[in-house]
Amino acid sequence: MKISRTDVAAVACGGALGALARHLIHLAFPNPPRDFQWTLLWVSVSGCLLIGVLTVWLERHPGHPLVGPFLSTGFLGGFTTFSSYAVNVEQRFHYGQPGVAVAHLVLTPVLAMIAVFAGTALARRVI
Amino acid sequence: MTVAILVLLGGAFGAPLRHLLGKWIPTHFPWAIFIANVSASFLLGLVGAGVSTGWLPGWVLALAGTGFCGALSTYSTFANDTLKLAEQGERRLAVTNLLINVVCGLVAAFAGAALGRAF
Repeated sequence: MKISRTDVAAVACGGALGALARHLIHLAFPNPPRDFQWTLLWVSVSGCLLIGVLTVWLERHPGHPLVGPFLSTGFLGGFTTFSSYAVNVEQRFHYGQPGVAVAHLVLTPVLAMIAVFAGTALARRVI
Repeated sequence: MTVAILVLLGGAFGAPLRHLLGKWIPTHFPWAIFIANVSASFLLGLVGAGVSTGWLPGWVLALAGTGFCGALSTYSTFANDTLKLAEQGERRLAVTNLLINVVCGLVAAFAGAALGRAF
């Protein structure tokens, strides 16, 4: 198995910027700790929509070989996050908000799958 | 500003680790993303509880939580892989991928948080 150092570097740069973008969006649109975490949900859903579009784009316009590692694995991978989703659900249960917990638990994967499907379908028509 | 640098730094390690997991575990079923998501959920549960109970300083959450765990785990690649499995006609694998990530990720978050609060 061959590991490309430039791929790893591109993923690291993209991942750092994606994580920072997520952090800045949370600063710009904060949700009170006890409320439904809309910002976290929309970060996940928008990232899924974008990866659907990007995957089709890269299939049809491959371009520079580092674009995929940088944008897809790196930026969108770092922008969206699974751990905050899981821990947020745990915290809502812990602080006695099972309704919010279950809503977040179910809505996120459902909307994420709809978003990646919609992004892929839209890109296949347009690109 | 310092928080932004910690998030950048954590992200610069988390994302390439996920990429390397994919190279080390190049299976058809996306096990690498599963491992990344579950282990990051455990670690974030631990760090989040550690910071809220006070045995970890707040900056660790920015570096190891928002940055590292945030970038190690991913929703976009997870959803995209699930869609690709379904499109290849492997709907059972797609559903399995969706369920094991959600269930095991949640169990890991509970275990990490419980451990973090026990200190």
